[in-house]
Amino acid sequence: MTEDVTAKILEIIAQQKRIPPEQVTIDSTFQELGLDSLDAINIIFEIEGAFNIAISDDQARQIKNVRQMVEGVNALVAEKKPA
Amino acid sequence: MPRVVITGLGIISSLGNNVAENWDALSSGKSGIAPITRVDTSDLKFKNGAEVRGFDPEAHGLKPEFLDRFAQFAAVAAREAVAQSGISFTPELGDRSAVITGSCIGGQDTQDAGFVELYRKGNSRMHPMSIPRTMANAGASHISTEFGIRGPVYTISTACSSSNHAIGQAFWMVRSGAVDLALSGGSEAPFSYGLLKAWEAMRVVSPDTCRPFSKDRKGLILGEGAAILVLESLVQAQSRRAQILGEIVGFGMSSDAGHITQPSAEGAATAMKMAMRDAQIAPEQIGYINAHGTGTPLNDPTETKAIQLALGDHAKNVAVSSTKSMHGHALGAAGALEAVATVLGLQHGLLPPTANFTEPDPACDLDVIANQAREQQVEYALSNSFAFGGLNAVVAFRRWND
Repeated sequence: MTEDVTAKILEIIAQQKRIPPEQVTIDSTFQELGLDSLDAINIIFEIEGAFNIAISDDQARQIKNVRQMVEGVNALVAEKKPA
Repeated sequence: MPRVVITGLGIISSLGNNVAENWDALSSGKSGIAPITRVDTSDLKFKNGAEVRGFDPEAHGLKPEFLDRFAQFAAVAAREAVAQSGISFTPELGDRSAVITGSCIGGQDTQDAGFVELYRKGNSRMHPMSIPRTMANAGASHISTEFGIRGPVYTISTACSSSNHAIGQAFWMVRSGAVDLALSGGSEAPFSYGLLKAWEAMRVVSPDTCRPFSKDRKGLILGEGAAILVLESLVQAQSRRAQILGEIVGFGMSSDAGHITQPSAEGAATAMKMAMRDAQIAPEQIGYINAHGTGTPLNDPTETKAIQLALGDHAKNVAVSSTKSMHGHALGAAGALEAVATVLGLQHGLLPPTANFTEPDPACDLDVIANQAREQQVEYALSNSFAFGGLNAVVAFRRWND
């Protein structure tokens, strides 16, 4: 499941930034990928739709790299599931 | 070059429905930010806005089916400004006068309501006044018709710089002699569900309040309203013995030619420098800046850098405030509301504060007037507006003391 989440997020970032998927890795920072704040809110918008989750403004502001993004999305997806 | 003076002010905002009420709030640091009432906010991440309160268009003889809320505001502000100026528009003066307003979204409220009927409720008809109510020049056209102003009448739409572009253009037209008089300012009414949802998606609206230049700022708060200034040549104002409230001395504009939403300190600084150049004044003569100061994490430090770039060492000596902390960010009307705040501040020797200020931010290293108005006689002031799309417009004002 986590691998699916990671793969989907990498795919969304590559698609949004119009870069080859292999350039995006779990260890990429937004800065390395050349993502500015507007790219970030567009990516977060797509991710919210893909996983049917809501990412708060505060959470969105703190995310600076792909790993934080994956961990954050995993946590939100896990919250949605009944215990 | 002829000097251009302000002989009338009109304003309606969350701070009050006339100049006196607005000045009362501005000079006492009272914020108009409160829970949004015009839209159900249960599905919105933010709940607060700076709405106009207690406004009944019918009481002003304005028919809502003919005029969107943003144009109603423009009409009311223009009436107050014209009444204060004591101008009566003879046919000759009407031909030589202009109306130049700013609005970012025009009658979006009308459009939003119409589309709810069409798309959600499945009605196949739109209201027959939808088009004239939605057009961004509806306010300017109404003012033109009401006062018989038949010269240049148009509306500028440059997002959050709309009003400053409008006022600057009107100032240049009066100064050049293209017109004898101009009514200029702007109006906006952004509280419709669709638009609030769009702002929510930008992730720049504060969940609580607007704290420009404060370390714990969380974003902007949307506002609505209108303000109109009467501009005329000093010679004309003196010849008709009008009360002069202030002077416009310069206008500067620039484009970042960079990012669609991220502001640039260099672009903003260029507009400020151009305004000072147009006014033929030096940075050391500026005593107050009414900042764009949206209260977003990104704007305020960038504007700080811009002020430092434009004013050099003098930046630390200049009193700065963002009155958006009180009347909210009225988008295309922002520059107009802030022009009124600036003119009144200069006139009264009492500079309006930045309300809701809690803690200085080292990244906003300016002399921010925090929470309480400051008694200070200032000769020259700048009023900044910086728009999405990278468009910057800065107006330079001078206190009237002759």
